[in-house]
Formats: sequence, C-alpha cells, structure tokens
Amino acid sequence: MAFQLDIVTPEKKIFSDTVDNVYLPGADGEMGILPAHAGLVTALQPGVLRYLLHGQVVGLAIGSGFAEVTQTKVVVLTDSALGESEIDEAQVEEAIKRAQEKLDTIDHSLDMEEVAYLQGVIARATAELHFKRQR
Amino acid sequence: MANLRDIRRRIKSVKNTAQITRAMQLVAAAKMKKAQDQALAGREYSKQLNGVLQDISEGFSDATHPLLESRTGSRELVLIISTDKGLCGAINTNLARVVRTKTAEGADCVTVGRKLRVMMEKMGRKIVADFSVKDPVPFADARAIAALLSKQFLAGNYDKVSVAYTRFVNTMTQQPEVIQLLPVVTPQGHADTTATNDFLFEPSPDDVLSAILPLYVNFQVFQALVEARASEHSARMVAMKSATDNAKKFIKELTLEYNKLRQGAITAELLEITTAMKAME
Repeated sequence: MAFQLDIVTPEKKIFSDTVDNVYLPGADGEMGILPAHAGLVTALQPGVLRYLLHGQVVGLAIGSGFAEVTQTKVVVLTDSALGESEIDEAQVEEAIKRAQEKLDTIDHSLDMEEVAYLQGVIARATAELHFKRQR
Repeated sequence: MANLRDIRRRIKSVKNTAQITRAMQLVAAAKMKKAQDQALAGREYSKQLNGVLQDISEGFSDATHPLLESRTGSRELVLIISTDKGLCGAINTNLARVVRTKTAEGADCVTVGRKLRVMMEKMGRKIVADFSVKDPVPFADARAIAALLSKQFLAGNYDKVSVAYTRFVNTMTQQPEVIQLLPVVTPQGHADTTATNDFLFEPSPDDVLSAILPLYVNFQVFQALVEARASEHSARMVAMKSATDNAKKFIKELTLEYNKLRQGAITAELLEITTAMKAME
C-alpha cells in the first residue's frame, strides 16, 4: 500500500512520488499519515517532515504552510522545503540573528504583520537548525 | 540622388543600431529564460493551492472570513503591473487598454512599474502606492504588496481589489488580463473526483481558512508579478529581435544601392577617359 505525496513550494515542485507513510509537523503537533487516511486539511508549522520511500526514511525541513490529505494523495504546500545537505548552518544562524535584531528594533504595537513575519522566519530557521544538528 | 559618402555614413549608423538592439535582445533572452522558468514553476503551486481552496469551500460552504466578504459598493482598487523600461513592444499599451475597459471608471491604483504609473497619473487616477520589484521577483516583495492591498480592503476603503497584469502564454504571445483579488473568489471547475470527501480540519476550519486565505492572496500577487515579468522579457526579446532583423535588411538594401552607385561612378569615369582618348586621336 502506498500513496502519492507531492511537496510544492512557490519556487518549484520539490517532491512527487509514491510513499508508504508521511509524518507532518501539524499546527497541534506531529501527525502520521498512512494510506487511506480520511480527508483532512491541516495547517503546518515550521518543522521536520519525514516520509518512507522504498524502506528508507527521508527528512525535509519545511516552513509553514498546509497539507491536504485525501484517500489516495497528500499535497504539502509550504514556503520552503530543504534537505539536510541544503542547509548551511552559518547562514541560518546569521538569518536568525538578523531577524531577531530587526524584531528588537521595530515597534511591536504598530507593525503586527512585520512582527508575525519575523517570528515566522525565526521559527523556520530554528527548525532547520534543529533538523540539521539532529544528525 | 544621395552621394556615396552619405550612404556609407547611413550604413554605419544602422550597423551601430543593429549592434545595440542585438545586445539588448541577448540580455532580454537570458533574463527571459529565468523569468519564464519562475512563472511556470509557480503555476504548479498555484494549481494545487486552487485545488485545496476549492475542496475546502465545497466541504465547508458556510465559510466566513473578512477576506471573503463581498460588498455592494463599487469603490475599486487596481494593482497595475507594468514595466519600468520601454522597448518591449505593445504590452504596456495593451495592458492600459484592458485597464480602461475592465476596471471601474476612476478606480484608484497601486502600481508596479513606471510606464503605466505615468500614464495613470496623466489620466488623473489616484495612485495610492507605487512599488518597485527586483529581478528575479522575490516573494517578500509580493508579500509587502499583498499586505497593503489586504489592509486597504479590510479597512473598508475599497469594496473590490483587482490585479491587472500581462499573463505569459508563450514567447510570442502575452495576454493582458484583469483578475479579482479581493474578496477572494473560490476557484471553480477543478475536476477532482476525490472532492466529494468530507474534510476534517486541523486545528479548526476557521484556523485553516485564516492560514490559507492570506497565503492565497500573497501567492496570487506573486504569480501575477512573475507572469508579468516573464511577459516583459519575452516581449522585449521579440521586439529587439525584429528590430535587429529590420536593421539587417536595411543594411542589405543600402549596401546594394551603395554598390550600384559605386559601379555607376566607375562606369562614368571610364567613359570620360575613353572619350578623352578618342578626342586626342
């Protein structure tokens, strides 16, 4: 038993193949999807997505987004998806630092969207770092 | 009758022009490839996003969200995506025509690109904001524009927000288009057989909807920007190619004329010499 998994970002289609299961970083915690799952739409938070392809577990650090699950197919739409080798620790740390500095200087009561965006950047970068260091 | 030196001068100047247009054609071609790839890559995401949104709206018909609220008024805000530079064929003129015919009379504008901003100013339209977008289009720019448009809509300043841009069909064809951005119209006609599913929502329908809708708006703006960019570079490449071709044709004609004149001059000279010799005998 297997099902179709598509992972798409605005820049490109990252992955499209049949897999045996997938673990998603849902808004309320990690959830595992097995074949013939009931229809589901869920928001995703930055974290690690793992899927089982030909008996091998593959991980990707993904940003926020959402996933649509149907009986035969899982579609993951996210703003970024990176494999372990694509993450540059120094660069990510630098990004966190920059975002944090900016977050400290702007007026939180005035620019709610900017604050939310920066917090999103930090969450995503932290998730990427965490994923990279786990190995 | 033009003399030899005049023609030689003209050939030289046309050659220079051809060289410039050829260089511009090559630059546009390189940029075009990147922009086209970006536009085509975004379509996949856009298709999936539309599919998900439609499935949701079917499984969850009493959806309410401020971004979905349709109002009766007719105050309209148009995001117009044109180009900063000219020499790209008729795409700006075509876009301006569509803006005139398909948006409300006197609608206010948010502009990207200098060409139509100037035109709209002349028409007396109010420009609410003007953005310049880098090349290749960064997602952050789209987010900033979408944030401004959503803010204007949610504050009740406008009842409808649309986007006028040039959709990229292929290198030869670009289609000017106006789409409605806000209130969000849920896409129709996405024939997915699994759409009969009743969906579960995690954490809750409202949370999912409020996560998806802003993303959808951001992405619509982003896609419009990249499509417009791909169209611009394609149109410029084609315009510059035909300019180069015309210049080459012109050079050929001028060279022919130049040679005719030169031969004529030689024949005339020979004639003079022989008549002079005949007279001396």
